Amino acid sequence: MNFFKKLFLVSGIALASTGINHSALASEITGAGSSFIYPVLSKWAEAYKAAGGPNLNYQSIGSSGGIKQIKARTVDFGATDAPLSVDDLQASGLVQFPAIIGGVVPIVNLDGIKPGQLKMTGDVLADIFQGKILVWSDKRIAALNPGVNLPTAPITVVHRSDGSGTTAIFTDYLSKVSPDWKSTVGAGAAVKWLAPSEVGGKGNEGVSANVTRLKGTIGYVEWAYADANNLTYLQMKNAAGKYIEPDDVNFQAAAASVDWSKVPGMNIYLTNAAGPAAWPITGATFVLIAKEPQNKANIAEVLKFFDFSFSPKGDKMALELDYAPMPDVATTFIRKSVWNQINLK
Amino acid sequence: MNKKQAQIAKTQRIQDFVFQYTTQFCAFFVLLVLLGIIISLCIDAWPALSQFGPGFFFSTEWDIIGGEFGGLVAIYGTLVTSLIALLIAVPLSFGIAVFLTEICPNSLRRPFGTAVELLAAVPSIIYGMFGLFFFVPPFAKYIEPALAASFGQIPVIGILFSGSFNGIGILCAGLILAMMILPFITSIMRDVFEIVPPVLKESAYGIGCTTWEVIRRIVLPYTSSGVIGGIMLGLGRALGETMAVTFVIGNAHSISPSLFAAGSSIASTLANEFGEAEEGAHLSSLFVLGLALFVITLIILSLAKLMLVKMEKAKGVKT
Repeated sequence: MNFFKKLFLVSGIALASTGINHSALASEITGAGSSFIYPVLSKWAEAYKAAGGPNLNYQSIGSSGGIKQIKARTVDFGATDAPLSVDDLQASGLVQFPAIIGGVVPIVNLDGIKPGQLKMTGDVLADIFQGKILVWSDKRIAALNPGVNLPTAPITVVHRSDGSGTTAIFTDYLSKVSPDWKSTVGAGAAVKWLAPSEVGGKGNEGVSANVTRLKGTIGYVEWAYADANNLTYLQMKNAAGKYIEPDDVNFQAAAASVDWSKVPGMNIYLTNAAGPAAWPITGATFVLIAKEPQNKANIAEVLKFFDFSFSPKGDKMALELDYAPMPDVATTFIRKSVWNQINLK
Repeated sequence: MNKKQAQIAKTQRIQDFVFQYTTQFCAFFVLLVLLGIIISLCIDAWPALSQFGPGFFFSTEWDIIGGEFGGLVAIYGTLVTSLIALLIAVPLSFGIAVFLTEICPNSLRRPFGTAVELLAAVPSIIYGMFGLFFFVPPFAKYIEPALAASFGQIPVIGILFSGSFNGIGILCAGLILAMMILPFITSIMRDVFEIVPPVLKESAYGIGCTTWEVIRRIVLPYTSSGVIGGIMLGLGRALGETMAVTFVIGNAHSISPSLFAAGSSIASTLANEFGEAEEGAHLSSLFVLGLALFVITLIILSLAKLMLVKMEKAKGVKT
């Protein structure tokens, strides 16, 4: 009996303490979704909390998990790399705005090729990932890279094995530049890979581990990941016909080249953007918030948090992590025309 | 006094009553959970099952955008990797268990035994990372070319050891799985070998049997059900292993005759795609895969049980 008495006592204390915690944590804000935004989100959250703001509890479970959770209203906000359509937003009573911009870069493992040395166009890239170009010495690759000594090695395609916003951005780009890719493969968080020699890796680290280990491979990862690990990225020809290297400035150029205010629901993929300096495989992570939130105090805190993230201080943190912050034109528009759709009264 | 005895008897009856129903509840609780899992799997799997029919289990298609799904690739990957794991882990475990119980000097028994048990405590993600970053590179560089140069030259089975030396793939996943199930099979084999009455073994040694003969004629027949139970436990773990396999299997949705090729298993497909699966055919197909894994495990367990019953009968022991 003594044991049971102890048990009751302990569980009583535990219950009491969770009760206390609960009331103290009324100012905790919760979010779920994209893993793309997670590093910068946690950095913002840390700084925001240090400045006296509430704690952020973000579950980096993937974009579609985030969409499911915000639709079920189990979190204060969701985050997704693939924007929702206007119809979907209306049906589920959500507003959407982009919070951060990042780039996806193709990476290779070829002897004697340095980062940024190899040049690539969208349609050749699509044909490589579709298994139409099978060796590195193919004349279409050689034509883009005169003077570069390309090996005769076969090409192994490395892709994400888990459903991912990175894949969504990458395949959206390939669909835009190659009609053939669009009709046979399409765009999405996970697609059917047609290349005969293909390997899937879990997460950015899985793809980069396979690419760095296997000769003759080509894969794609987030720029922040490629930069931090000195991976051999490629130069891409953009919509303006210029070859450019991936960089924060070029991601921001892609974001600046679109007029966010003209697109209903801000439903834009930044891939293949028109600007002369725009990196073609650029994407944004979108935040989803309910128009008629149940917990209005929490949503007010969420908006304050993103207001902080759009401040010069937040921008600086994003740049440190190889993301590109949203252009000021866009953030002004978001503050004025998106956030006011949320009923906080 | 008599009254006191009656009192005691009464308390004991109540205790027995409570005890009986408590244990009964525990047993039924397991059934309840199992039933709940089956029902929820069936409900969520139904849309895909009715859409694709039994053809789902024979189709290699897995087109998420196009909405066409089939489970053959994952089922094949699950079965083949588990088979490879068993082929390697069972003889190894047997060797370890025999050594530990029959041959090993007493002073070494404990360190060896603890080492094996520690292997079982390593989380599976560690096996996955160890596999991908430390095991795969030398495997691709030395072992795969060696296999291709030796077994790869044999006419029919040579095709199993052909293709490019990527390291990751079905064979690599099978090897990592073998390492993971090794401690389970070993510790059960060791435990059951230890319960063989010494008098039986000593009599056999007494009439001049070798260690191998003692193992073959005395220990194994005496412990067959335990040994098979251990193997089944290992197989169950191999079939359902998720994280480690996801790291090293290559995650390609295709079936290749070569064991060097990348593939995927049921568990790895679920781990990769469940988080991002959209409602509808994709999510439902993943549930069908989950159900298939459940059924496969059930079939294998039943076969093992059947085998045990037959073996007991052959020995003339009543079951």
